[in-house]
Amino acid sequence: MDMRLSNRAVLEVRGLTKRFGGLTAVKNLGFDVNGGEIFGLIGPNGSGKSTAMKSVMGIERPTSGEVIFEGENVAGLPAHKIARKGFGMVFQHSRPLNRQTVLENILVALLPDSLFMLFPDKALVERAKWIAERVGLGNVMNRRPPTLPFADLRRLELAKAIARDPKVVLVDEPFAGLTRAEVDIFSDLIRSFRDEGRAVMLVDHNVKSVAALVDRVLAMYLGEEIVTGRADEVMKNETVRRVYLGGAIETHARPETSFKDKVPLLQVENVSVFYGKAQALENVSIHVHEGEFVSIVGLNGAGKTTLFNTISGFLPYSGEIVRGGDRLRGTSPAKIARSGLVQCPESRELFGEMSVRENLDLGGQHLSDDKRAAQLAWLFELFPILKERQGQMAQTLSGGEQQMLAIGRALMMQPQILILDEPTLGLAPVILEQLSKALTKLRQTTSITVLLGEQNVTFALPHADRVYVLEHARIVWEGDPGRFAAEAGADFL
Amino acid sequence: MSTFFTSRLFFISLALVVIAATLPLYVSGYVLGLLTVAFYFGVFAMAWDLLFGFAGEVNFGPTFLIGVGAYTAGILNAQFGWSVYPCIVLGALASVIAGLVLALPALRVRGPYFGLTTLVAVLMLQNFIVVFADLTGGEIGLTIPDVITIDAGANYWIALGFMTISAAILYGLSQSPIGLVLQASGQDPVQAGALGFNIVKHKLAAFIVSAFFSGLSGALLVFYFGTASVGTVVDVAVGVNVIVSAVLGGRRTVLGAALGAIFLIVAGEFLRPTGELATFIVSAVALLVVLFFPGGFLGAALSREARS
Ligand SMILES: Nc1ncnc2c1ncn2[C@@H]1O[C@H](COP(=O)(O)OP(=O)(O)OP(=O)(O)O)[C@@H](O)[C@H]1O
Ligand SMILES: [Mg+2]
Repeated sequence: MDMRLSNRAVLEVRGLTKRFGGLTAVKNLGFDVNGGEIFGLIGPNGSGKSTAMKSVMGIERPTSGEVIFEGENVAGLPAHKIARKGFGMVFQHSRPLNRQTVLENILVALLPDSLFMLFPDKALVERAKWIAERVGLGNVMNRRPPTLPFADLRRLELAKAIARDPKVVLVDEPFAGLTRAEVDIFSDLIRSFRDEGRAVMLVDHNVKSVAALVDRVLAMYLGEEIVTGRADEVMKNETVRRVYLGGAIETHARPETSFKDKVPLLQVENVSVFYGKAQALENVSIHVHEGEFVSIVGLNGAGKTTLFNTISGFLPYSGEIVRGGDRLRGTSPAKIARSGLVQCPESRELFGEMSVRENLDLGGQHLSDDKRAAQLAWLFELFPILKERQGQMAQTLSGGEQQMLAIGRALMMQPQILILDEPTLGLAPVILEQLSKALTKLRQTTSITVLLGEQNVTFALPHADRVYVLEHARIVWEGDPGRFAAEAGADFL
Repeated sequence: MSTFFTSRLFFISLALVVIAATLPLYVSGYVLGLLTVAFYFGVFAMAWDLLFGFAGEVNFGPTFLIGVGAYTAGILNAQFGWSVYPCIVLGALASVIAGLVLALPALRVRGPYFGLTTLVAVLMLQNFIVVFADLTGGEIGLTIPDVITIDAGANYWIALGFMTISAAILYGLSQSPIGLVLQASGQDPVQAGALGFNIVKHKLAAFIVSAFFSGLSGALLVFYFGTASVGTVVDVAVGVNVIVSAVLGGRRTVLGAALGAIFLIVAGEFLRPTGELATFIVSAVALLVVLFFPGGFLGAALSREARS
């Protein structure tokens, strides 16, 4: 390393502020990241982590402040210029080129920003192959993204971000949606970036994994720094505990015999689903009583979303789905939803260009005016942030805020049976706790029936009266949450 | 890219061009005339697909670029007596310049607004032509004294050759690194920026290429028609035909766009005896294809090949 630079951080951020209209998303933030260091950024949903990263990368133009890279202030430059200086960013939501192979997708990241390159260099292709191997995509180089499992798509994002050998790597929520084992592999990859001397900035809500990975961490709240330091110190900080970590989630399962309905409200009997030749569900049978909370636990790709989509009427199936004594086959998805079986999908499906309030009103459009107002008031008590942000466009909400809005919209439909598909994806611990409390309250004050799909068992277990484990398209375990750890938890805990 | 020359698509295209080149030996002048126009439309549609399919920008006004090229060439020839070839070259250049003037501000706005800007440009061009009737021939159209040749076979070969070369260039471009970057910026502009690509620059380049081929084809077309009129090269309905052709043939395939254009023009002609119904039938077919084969002709064929 150059002597002049050796005592200087690769990335220095000073007084970084980003305002969106009246909202200050990032306020006077300052930190240094050294080469060969992983610097974490934690904070509740909407605290400004992604905005801070985007401001560093030039995707958002900082309102004020300096972003100094190797002594040069790059704040205010457009993203493509900053990228070429030596920055790479891993995005949460990836949209790879679906008609190109994995290798070609990586190749794109290596191309120069020139209008005169008509044929890709041989050397670039070799480098793309090397990068593919490096992130563990060696076996799928020639496949197309739509055929890849989720974790491989995330690997592809990592590959693109480090393709041009950046000195600063920004990683936003790399662990969301990954299984325990995959999180470990990704942690190793990110660690290897550090060992190559890069400066790594990391955001994620998986507190355990972040704490194990980072050298230093900055906790932020409402756009401002609370404290910066070693992970264990920061996690002990009183304010961090209060605004971010929250308390433990309490458990309270009710025995199945306590549900009075003789015939369960929802019965899925021997359901099989195929996508082309691939079997996505194999003779799946589950049942849910009225008022019961049932969790379906399963890793990515086990078939949770397929099961929910089948119940909601989106997919053809063999077997039977019976609700309240009536077979659902042949009923359209719209009719199923209107009759009170509401799914809150993993992909959220918000109306991005409509406001928070409009999204909620759409959910509650079948209600009379005063009922809707009452439901809205109740919902705002559950998710106060949605009340504050009524006028904001849904697509500009932070990841976690969007998740809350999706759940909120489903609740506005006053469902009889609510299906929540991976509701914890991208939520801060403290919000998990809030959501947890909300679900508990829901359970105590309404007769709502909930079917919850999760791979985050620390969230799924406490709320469940009963748990099913879905593995490779089949139900492999059923029981109460108390027995889960001993009998089925190996893959999850 | 290198695999293209051994791919089935390449051999099919080659065979089609060879067969098409022999047509003047045994079909009537009427059929040749029809196909000549269809080939020029094929270029319009391919140029459009480069913008929409790759850069992800919906240009609702392909006839703005076509019309500027066509009228510039026509006016220079009819009003100023320039000879044919300089007129054609200047037509193409004028289209590029007009495209730049339009795209520079329009590419700054996101989403549907780009499309709206291009649509407004067509309407402005149309108005301009009507208002400055002394120069442009107005609503009646502009009669163009010169032609490239009057031989139907020669005209046909020129159009075929022009389309083939354009197809080779546009397809090659779409498969080159530039095509990849364009697709990446169309797909996810934020990420493309973060990967270090100046999106505006790339999209602008795509627009210029699209404008060049549209203008050139438009200029050639007026010398074939012998007239330039709003109804044939500027009207919004003409633009809609170009768009329908490209979508019908298969978005992001470039070559499919040419097939779509040929289909649309030939089908329209075959159905001419049905009168007003013709447009309706062709539109209905187009709608069905879009609804049931959203990939278009070539998209559907390619994905079948990929599956087998
Ligand atoms: N373009 C925008 N316009 C208006 N407000 C915005 C915009 N982008 C972000 N915000 C707001 O700024 C705040 C910070 O958002 P940011 O995405 O940085 O949060 P975050 O810390 O990454 O949260 P999460 O953990 O949920 O991803 C949020 O309240 C968000 O709603
Ligand atoms: Mg975020």
